[in-house]
Amino acid sequence: MIEAQGLTKFYGSLPAIRDVTFRVDQGEVVGFLGPNGAGKSTAIRILTCYMPPTAGIAKVDGIDCFASSLQVRSRIGYLPENNPLYNDLTVSRFLRFAAGVKGLSGKNTTREMDRVVAVCGLEKVRHRIIGHLSKGYKQRVGLAQALVNNPPVLILDEPTIGLDPTQIIEIRKLIQSLREQHTILLSSHILPEVAQICQRVLIINKGQIVATDTPGNLTSQLQKSAQISLKVEGEINQLAAVLESHEGVQKVTVSREDAGRLLVETDRSRDLRPEIARKVIERGLSLLELKLVDLSLEDIFLQLVTEEPVQEETQS
Amino acid sequence: MKGFGSVYRKELYALFASPIFYTVGVTFLVISGYFFYNSVAYYNLLSFQASQNLVLAEQLSLEQMVIRPFFLDLSIILLLICPLITMRLYAEERKTGTLELLFTYPVSDCSTLLAKFAAVLTAMATILAGTLPGFALLGHMASLNWPAVLCGYLGIFLLAGAFMSLGILTSSMTQNQIIAAVLSFGALLMFWIVGWTKTLVGPTAGALIEYLAITGHLDSFAKGILDSRDIIYYVSFVILFLFFTLRQLESYRWKG
Repeated sequence: MIEAQGLTKFYGSLPAIRDVTFRVDQGEVVGFLGPNGAGKSTAIRILTCYMPPTAGIAKVDGIDCFASSLQVRSRIGYLPENNPLYNDLTVSRFLRFAAGVKGLSGKNTTREMDRVVAVCGLEKVRHRIIGHLSKGYKQRVGLAQALVNNPPVLILDEPTIGLDPTQIIEIRKLIQSLREQHTILLSSHILPEVAQICQRVLIINKGQIVATDTPGNLTSQLQKSAQISLKVEGEINQLAAVLESHEGVQKVTVSREDAGRLLVETDRSRDLRPEIARKVIERGLSLLELKLVDLSLEDIFLQLVTEEPVQEETQS
Repeated sequence: MKGFGSVYRKELYALFASPIFYTVGVTFLVISGYFFYNSVAYYNLLSFQASQNLVLAEQLSLEQMVIRPFFLDLSIILLLICPLITMRLYAEERKTGTLELLFTYPVSDCSTLLAKFAAVLTAMATILAGTLPGFALLGHMASLNWPAVLCGYLGIFLLAGAFMSLGILTSSMTQNQIIAAVLSFGALLMFWIVGWTKTLVGPTAGALIEYLAITGHLDSFAKGILDSRDIIYYVSFVILFLFFTLRQLESYRWKG
């Protein structure tokens, strides 16, 4: 449904994205994940025909975004970053405008407006001026304008940014309720959000896609090391030194906040828990807790994003 | 031209809902009313004197003494207010980011531009219509040459269109409305005063410069003369600057 091949965009001599290639199939919900300034919005702006790419091809529903921009645009519902809205219009006037530019007229406009107002829960604020609404409602209005005319593809750029936790949950629920009828590409720098909503994640860093997979697979594939957390009673600094020299252990960190807490990073291929427990007992310390810690998507993301320079160095 | 109507309605609503429009409109009407009163009062004074002076009486004409100066005066006020009406058209959308919405809706840049232009023309026509009661009153009291008046209105409307097409261009160049207004005011003033150099640059260049000067073309309309050269001048001025605006928008898209 959405296809990007070798997308590259330069701002002056500064590359924002380089050779970005990915596809999103019909009915998928894909998360576009990356730190701020990674190029998420640039890629999205190319796909939504806001700007042409310096090189590469972007297609939506098989139609080229550059050559047949108007046709692509009529298939996309877009919520831009920071949710720009006409603050001096009322909600219904704005939605009527959105319906008009999307080619609806007469009865269809009214019906479509009623539908999106109901879907986005805007009944109460329908006749109020957008500028006077709360941020959560504004976000709903932004989503509502994207949903007008029921486009097959929804592209949402940071849909939950700047909202309070209850509003975030509401918007997420709303997006989740849309996944049956639309192909959704959603950008975010909030990891749990992407893990919750999306079937697949594209991780972008410094303008390049560094990983693509389901949140689950990413976690298991990229988990190069296992982490064991243990809590002991007694002198731990010596224990840390001993464990560090143990075969298979990569790194031992002594927690500063939690007294007696050690974090041991080990090889994933071997389960070192029995050996570590033995070491602790051998040194005459009491073992209070020992557990394997799963890497969260957040850790993986950090790994990918921080490993990048290392890879670049080895390449050059 | 899909989407033209929707953008036009939205723009018109935004214009009529904004305090700028009313402030500008009222200021325009007060000043133009003052000019109108002045011309008529002066005409009145002269006609009293003319009752004792037949030679003077023959020279008295409403066209020359009221209609023509009134429309020439209007052009000065328009120079000041047109940039204020057009300054928000694109600059505001750039500032608030709604241009991104407009650029990603399925309407062409050309349709939105024409819709925006049509909206400010409508607003201008509304403001200009506010000066009609003066002429109606005058027509009630004296025999008024209505075709000449309408010709003057056509001229002033074309002039306003030309002013505003340049205003749209400057508005599309920046996200700051004040900069847009100042740029447009400066450029319009240049088009106004460029005619002053016509005697200095020799006959050929002089004729060219005279043709370029924006207000010279108004004079024949104000005299009640409908000349196709003047209409072509204003229409091509508008087309040229709308075309520049389209190119500017396209360049903005590429730069992102």
